[in-house]
Amino acid sequence: MDFATAIQILDSAVRLMTPLLLACLAGLYSERSGVFDIGLEGKMLMAAFTAASVAYATGSASLGLVAGIGGSLALSLIHGAASITFMGNQLISGVAINFLASGLTVLLGQKIFGLGGRTPALSGDGRFGEITLPFADSLREVPVIGPIYAELISGHTILVYVAFAMVPLTWWVLARTRFGLRLRAVGENPASVDTAGVSVTRLRFAAIAICGVLCGIAGAYLATGLSAGFVKEMTAGRGFIALAALIFAKWRPWSALGATFLFGLLEAIANRYPNLDLGIVTIPSMFMNALPYILTVIILAGFVGRAIPPRAGGEPYVKER
Amino acid sequence: MDKMPKWADVILTPLISLLLAMAISALVILAIGESPWLALKTMVDGALGSSYGWGFTLYYTTNFIFTGLAVAVAYHASLFNIGGEGQAAMGGLGVALVLLYLPLPHWILALPVAMAGAAMFGAAWALIPAWLQARRGSHIVITTIMFNFIAAALLNYVLVNLLRPVGSMDPASGRFPEATHLPKLSDIALGMGLEWGKNTPVNVTFIVAIIACLLVWLLIWRTRLGYEIRAFGRSEPGALYAGISPVRITVLAMLISGGLAGLMAINNVMGESERLVLNAVEGAGFIGIAVALMGRNHPLGVLLAALLFGFLYQGGGELALWTSIPRELIIVIQALVILFTGALDNMVRMPLERLFLSRRKRGAA
Repeated sequence: MDFATAIQILDSAVRLMTPLLLACLAGLYSERSGVFDIGLEGKMLMAAFTAASVAYATGSASLGLVAGIGGSLALSLIHGAASITFMGNQLISGVAINFLASGLTVLLGQKIFGLGGRTPALSGDGRFGEITLPFADSLREVPVIGPIYAELISGHTILVYVAFAMVPLTWWVLARTRFGLRLRAVGENPASVDTAGVSVTRLRFAAIAICGVLCGIAGAYLATGLSAGFVKEMTAGRGFIALAALIFAKWRPWSALGATFLFGLLEAIANRYPNLDLGIVTIPSMFMNALPYILTVIILAGFVGRAIPPRAGGEPYVKER
Repeated sequence: MDKMPKWADVILTPLISLLLAMAISALVILAIGESPWLALKTMVDGALGSSYGWGFTLYYTTNFIFTGLAVAVAYHASLFNIGGEGQAAMGGLGVALVLLYLPLPHWILALPVAMAGAAMFGAAWALIPAWLQARRGSHIVITTIMFNFIAAALLNYVLVNLLRPVGSMDPASGRFPEATHLPKLSDIALGMGLEWGKNTPVNVTFIVAIIACLLVWLLIWRTRLGYEIRAFGRSEPGALYAGISPVRITVLAMLISGGLAGLMAINNVMGESERLVLNAVEGAGFIGIAVALMGRNHPLGVLLAALLFGFLYQGGGELALWTSIPRELIIVIQALVILFTGALDNMVRMPLERLFLSRRKRGAA
């Protein structure tokens, strides 16, 4: 494998990891606040659909992004009502949200566009364009650093940079702000936060809303950045890979960057080499596709460093009377 | 003291939840510019209006009974087995291997052997998540989700690279031997001189599913193991105090659950397609979650809920055929049923409890 191919694979990995990273950070906010969210997949799917529909109707990818965030937030709200307000089972609510998105997107898509659940292909301003960073073209000829800067770092859509910027931002919010401290506390011991006079309900709803916004950006990126329009079931399990990455990263933002990059890279390699020939053995693409899940199970098993979830995760908070 | 009489808990709350789910589904149908009444009529006609419709409805019901029972058994041990999809898929692999490589002369012999294969493969697929939950504390919901994806990739590999007959293009196994063909219920009816459900896939597995309901009821409420499963599900420290081993119960409950999910394969793989195809489960594993929630994890409830979903599934197919409502309406209804009977259960329960409490107070005064 030569240098140019390596750059291409890495470039593709960056594109493919972006929705994973956004969804992973979305899950991070929710789960650090003590609300399990297995509905990341559904929220992304819904966002991809609303983003693509509005981007097609208005011809503006930015309006599409807003709509994507809106679609995802609506589902977040249902999750919040079920798991916070009515103290229901968060896992069951997540399952319901995944199915709701999966069904509604096709139902509405068929009604509006009549294309069997697809939206018409987006073009021009309906998609997020690639941004060429300053000097990318003039630096291209510089050996090694030139191609890395011009191909790998420059030339992505704005949402890719947003996703990467979210990592330090999330770290800062969680580790350095009052809100972050409370968010982490409410995921570990909600009673103590309640005793301190801070509303558990409000904090958790805030976390869920952030989760909805990030999933919305992830879905919008899928439909208006990575591809040109919405296709039925286009998330294809990415929400679950993001969930896997979250566990892999042990619920930490910088590790989330590493985990999603690893999973994005696996996908990029599987796309480029359907049957990876390593000389002694040939690895089929199915194995590469399943690898994120297998790795997560191994991590969960605790053989390679233990993944300990937030202590109050999955438990509705019942205030003492 | 109970806040509500038992009938309200077991029948009234799920019924109200179901009505809410149906009402919102009707709104969704209205929103896409179709008539809910016409949709319901099409579904009832298509699924229950003829023996042909019933034949399909009962075929789907059979699938959902197995996956519903699977979720229910695990739920009694307070384990949420979301991996029915993968376990049923692996059950299909078990059935295919047994039928393709063992010379079985007659279906009466083939059925129990295939059942053993299906149950063993399904149970094996549930064993690893169960063991990880019991020994290493890994959350069973996450591991079973991961195992669904791993099963899909594995089956994809096996079908494309190993089981696919030479020269065939589609990723499916070869046909099972003719001798292992399971009798359809329509054949049995014809044997008794009745013309019923011609060309429908419902087969003797339906009877196996009914027996499975009975056996699960016996297991949960009439055996020592069932008692231990329920005790463990109610309170893990309590069970521990009573000398019940959490590891043993977790593993056993998940083995039974996975085995039941795997057994679904004798219906769809052995009974219907008679070869192993890609994505043979078609989401039945997930519908099992809705069925178990709706049926309150009781085998009789599971049977009725499976019938409801069998009706929805077949009716949904008819909708797609005769109206412009896509098949995916069923997924929306399924989601709403899961949402209202599962996650938003308290939304219905709390006001009802208050109602009954105030009535009781008035009665006492």
